[in-house]
Amino acid sequence: MISFFFEVLIGGLLSGVMYSLVALGFVLIYKASGVFNFAQGSLVFFAALTFVGLTEHGLSFGVALVATLAVMIVLGLLIERLVLRPLVNQPQISLFMATIGLSFFIEGLAQLLWGANVRGLELGIQDEPIKWLSDVAGINVSKFDLVAAGIAAVLVAGLGLFFSRTRIGRALRAVADDHQAALAVGIPLQQIWGIVWAVAGFVALVAGMLWGARNGVQFALTFVALKALPVLILGGFESIPGAIVGGLIIGATEKLAEVFLGPYVGGGIEGWFPYVLALLFLLVRPEGLFGEKIIRRI
Amino acid sequence: MLYREAGQFKSTYAADAAILPIRQDRIGLALILVVAFVVIPLTATPYLFSAILIPCLILALAALGLNILTGYAGQLSLGTAAFMAVGAFASYNFVLRMPGIPLLLAFAGGGVMAAAVGILFGLPSLRIRGFYLAVATLAAQFFILWFLTKVGWVTNYNSSGVITAQPMVIAGFAFDSPQEKYLLVLSIVTLMALAAKNMTRANIGRQWMAIRDMDVAAEVIGIRPVRAKLLAFAVSSFYCGVAGALYAYAYLGTVEPEAYSLDLSFRILFMIIIGGIGTILGAFLGSAFIVVMPIVLTIVVHFLDDTLHLNVASSVASNLELMVFGGLIIFFLIVEPHGLARIWQITKEKLRLWPFPH
Repeated sequence: MISFFFEVLIGGLLSGVMYSLVALGFVLIYKASGVFNFAQGSLVFFAALTFVGLTEHGLSFGVALVATLAVMIVLGLLIERLVLRPLVNQPQISLFMATIGLSFFIEGLAQLLWGANVRGLELGIQDEPIKWLSDVAGINVSKFDLVAAGIAAVLVAGLGLFFSRTRIGRALRAVADDHQAALAVGIPLQQIWGIVWAVAGFVALVAGMLWGARNGVQFALTFVALKALPVLILGGFESIPGAIVGGLIIGATEKLAEVFLGPYVGGGIEGWFPYVLALLFLLVRPEGLFGEKIIRRI
Repeated sequence: MLYREAGQFKSTYAADAAILPIRQDRIGLALILVVAFVVIPLTATPYLFSAILIPCLILALAALGLNILTGYAGQLSLGTAAFMAVGAFASYNFVLRMPGIPLLLAFAGGGVMAAAVGILFGLPSLRIRGFYLAVATLAAQFFILWFLTKVGWVTNYNSSGVITAQPMVIAGFAFDSPQEKYLLVLSIVTLMALAAKNMTRANIGRQWMAIRDMDVAAEVIGIRPVRAKLLAFAVSSFYCGVAGALYAYAYLGTVEPEAYSLDLSFRILFMIIIGGIGTILGAFLGSAFIVVMPIVLTIVVHFLDDTLHLNVASSVASNLELMVFGGLIIFFLIVEPHGLARIWQITKEKLRLWPFPH
């Protein structure tokens, strides 16, 4: 019984890492430009579909990866240039609506280019339990999940270094802190926004490949974004560590609730449980775990 | 020349506080009402009624509800469709379990149930704001739909979780044909739009707007935020609930909880953004736009297909529609961020001076 509990817990934590990966894309853009980018899920879908489509056309794994990365970066830059720049200074809700419109557009474009069939994505990692762990401790942990968690960790560490050690990273943080002050010290705002969108495209590619390999590349990938939202409110919109910790908490509690609580209420509670959890949490800490505490004045 | 208020003097306070202070506006609205109540029922085809006019009006009512909450009280909500679902399923159960209950009372009961649920999910708004609140309202969306699917009692233990709306009979008169349904929906929507207009002009509407613009300042001048916010949630959900009941009874007939998905919530949000946030007119313009646009797109694609012999596959066509829909929304937001209602306002200003430039 106890080993089953740990198995569920570890499975939940590992799938939580996957949520964090998607949430990361949201946080990057929200931090830098205050835009709540609902299209992140569609970007994930678009990236996975483009990668699969390219490999189907005979490109090797590496070439397809580089090509998809290039496509995602161009797409990010285009979004910044064509959608967000004309909407600068509009109320946040307008920007949010624009990203919902954008998500429709990207979903349509992706399926127009590559078709709507469900495809498999092979990364060469087996989705099977690690043998010695199940032998020794009696706990089944998927090798794939572990690798995915590792990739996520590398990505987060890389982004962390990028933000704290490089010139562009520091400029990004300055922009996130205060647009006007950043402009005043000579940081090119639009260029920074372009970079952020390109990075978000890259994160979407990584998330898309992992999720695609897990669940197949299909339209349902766009709903991954809906899974990432409670992670965001739990962790705070502006915080990268928040996205990680929030993802772990959501992933673990969601799986535990589904397995141990679900049977009593008819199952299927995975869909709303994270939201209610995040909601209850918000009542205690309205700015999330790591969100910035805003002091309001008249 | 035609649209000018010069020479129209007001000599009473009542005249000064009229909803439409300008005579031309009154005539215009009267004309619209005559067309809506008399001309359209006599001339329109059943297809027009059931595919465009009825959904247009019902969704306008829901948009009106969301506009009260988001446009006037400033609380962003993504759970509109769930509140509509509550209204629909509650009305169904009222009619089912209380034989002889007047239908309109059942609709109102559905609205009240939705309002109660709305207050419950509005409670977090006292602590959180902005996008945190928006995501929190998603909890309502997912939880309510799950509840309606899982609890057999609300669907009268139908094996597929579907309810079939009872025939609409009011005072012995059955509203069966699309025409009759249209008139019923139109009457309800007209009355509720009038009520909404008056609410937003009155004390409570000003409280909402004060809360929206700056809640701390509103509190300082003596507005109770708890009461104002929860009232906004209640009134908004009531409107959504009635709209949801009409959606089931007058439009779909047979409904499953999935009809009130997140997608519908988004569509209603689009309506108020494109129509004009914080305006009554905007709810109607936006609803017309969102309902009619996909139909026009389909017709255009089919027309091009037929004339140019492109042999567009239907999947390609539907993806193209999706892209155009998304693109148009972005386009509208960029060109007119204040919505269609603003365009009408600018037109009025221009008309007032026409034919002179200043």
